[in-house]
Amino acid sequence: MIRSTLFAAAVSALAAGGAFAAEFKPAIVYDLGGRNDKSFNESAYTGAAKFKEDTGVEFRDFEIQNDSQREQALSRFARQGFSPIISVGFSHEGAVSKVAPQFPDTQFVIVDSVVDLPNVSSIVFKEHEGSYLAGVAAVLASETKKVGFVGGMDIALIRKFACGYVQGAKATDPKAEIFQNMTGTTGAAWADPVRGGELAKSQMARGADVVYHAAGGTGEGVLQAVADAGKLGIGVDKNQNDLHPGHVLTSMVKRVDTAVYDTFKQAQAGEWRPGLKVFGLAEDGVALAMDENNQALITEEIAAAIAAAREGVISGEIQVHDYMSDSACPVQ
Amino acid sequence: MDWLTFLNVLDSAVRLSTPLLLACLAGLFTERAGVVDIGLEGKMIAGAFAAGAVAVFTGSAWIALLAAIGASVFFGLVHAFACVTQRGNQIVAGVAINFIALGLAAVLGQSWFGQGGKTPAPPNSGRFTAIELPYAAEAAQMGPIGRFYADVVSGHNLLVYFAFLAPFLSWWLLSRTRFGLRLRAVGENPAAVDTAGVSVTRLRYSGQIICGALCGVAGAYLAIGLNAGYLNNMTAGRGYIALAALIFAKWRPVPALFVCLLFGFLDASANRLQGVSLPSVGVVPVQFIQALPYILTVILLAGFIGKAIPPKAGGVPYVKER
Repeated sequence: MIRSTLFAAAVSALAAGGAFAAEFKPAIVYDLGGRNDKSFNESAYTGAAKFKEDTGVEFRDFEIQNDSQREQALSRFARQGFSPIISVGFSHEGAVSKVAPQFPDTQFVIVDSVVDLPNVSSIVFKEHEGSYLAGVAAVLASETKKVGFVGGMDIALIRKFACGYVQGAKATDPKAEIFQNMTGTTGAAWADPVRGGELAKSQMARGADVVYHAAGGTGEGVLQAVADAGKLGIGVDKNQNDLHPGHVLTSMVKRVDTAVYDTFKQAQAGEWRPGLKVFGLAEDGVALAMDENNQALITEEIAAAIAAAREGVISGEIQVHDYMSDSACPVQ
Repeated sequence: MDWLTFLNVLDSAVRLSTPLLLACLAGLFTERAGVVDIGLEGKMIAGAFAAGAVAVFTGSAWIALLAAIGASVFFGLVHAFACVTQRGNQIVAGVAINFIALGLAAVLGQSWFGQGGKTPAPPNSGRFTAIELPYAAEAAQMGPIGRFYADVVSGHNLLVYFAFLAPFLSWWLLSRTRFGLRLRAVGENPAAVDTAGVSVTRLRYSGQIICGALCGVAGAYLAIGLNAGYLNNMTAGRGYIALAALIFAKWRPVPALFVCLLFGFLDASANRLQGVSLPSVGVVPVQFIQALPYILTVILLAGFIGKAIPPKAGGVPYVKER
């Protein structure tokens, strides 16, 4: 018994030793939405794919199917000598805090959450700033001055989107009415387009004519329902303007792709540092997507208002409240 | 809640109860024939995926609907083969179908479309879009009843109207035709049916085929009616809720209609009541509103519907000589 334990220890020591000598091996673990969610996870994949194209370095990725796979995937990649390992999504927080201390020489990166460990870097975005701009655009594009928001899982991060959106809408028109709905309280809320569509329809029945979603795959149902009704939707995370050209006002993009790309670049050059990295409007970490699909929808008035709001937020003239700082939103 | 709000919720309830109703009737046909079917979910997934994929390839909603029915009936036949011909355990076979359908849809979807197991959005010709019934616009001007016609009755897609006709057709089929009487008999006392010289096997297979067809329509409704395209596990447990509705309705088609409407209504009001400030209560937490349908189901099932007696021979494979 003792002998076999010693043997196992020796083997794992060898394996670990081999890892350091190995070449640069980056890896990504996606969240439940999956790599092709046309949204958050796909954006991470796009960044990694671009890195591969530019440098020729292969990366490994893994789509988890359930919560218990988070830790398994992370520790398996770490054992195989992958580093850095990017965990996409706040739900990985627990797994990263547990696995990272076991592999002190592996570089871990978590997107959308903060893990304070010496070998973890945390990438967070100022979604409230981008959502503020979305709120400005929504109210200006709305004829009824009633706009909607459909969130995925009811968590602080999504409330942060909603809160920024409401602030932008109210700042543009204090009388604007904003309907907010959350799809659910479990992970299934990210992939329920039927409910997403129903929520959007119920908001449109109350008069909303622009609906912003922050709901992953559920949001596809939102955008579909809005497009079917001839109203406007606002995409999230990734540029979704091309999903229903003419019916997606804009998309609040989180440049997860840039963050992933930069992380890989830095790690490859040996310049990777742990700690907190915040991407806001000023860093171009969040932005409203403009392309040929929504050109006709963004009038000069809207474009000017967005540009002015962006300047204001960057200069600090406009303070957008962050829901996560105190779990409350000053306006409803 | 004013009249208009109520109509909006009702409208949403009609849309949400449609897949439940179809799946519930599907379950009714097999269970009345003596085969317990926990695989409704899997058959719906098969139907939804087939509809989504074929709609993308052909751009025709009708061909997609046929494909959905075909895929779902295929799984029905597999189920029948496992538990009628081979006399396997019906629950195990049903669970297996759920897993196979879910996994197969993901694998095929990934290899055909490369989008992580979901199908791209089909063109509009590949979907069942909402149809306006005649005079809906005029009726909307004519008081509350007219609005009811315009908002709730009109403006759904064809599959919804089919679903709401289906319980009455099922009732007629089950209680007014020779086939229906035999189907029910085989669920109560297969030995008697066999003695009368009627094939138990054939009747149980027929039950599964009807079940597959209805599940196929339910799946197609999810993928190309309500939505555009198949998304992994988009049935979201509706197959199981349909089973609960079936028990609730005591295995009868017309009550199934009302039970499914009730479930749909609770679901719709959960969507609508979220974030709304109710008089004297204030804003109710999202979690409570979303749990409401389940709480009510438990309460109603516990005491208000009386005893639900399943078909006597349900779950037992028929063996000619014992």
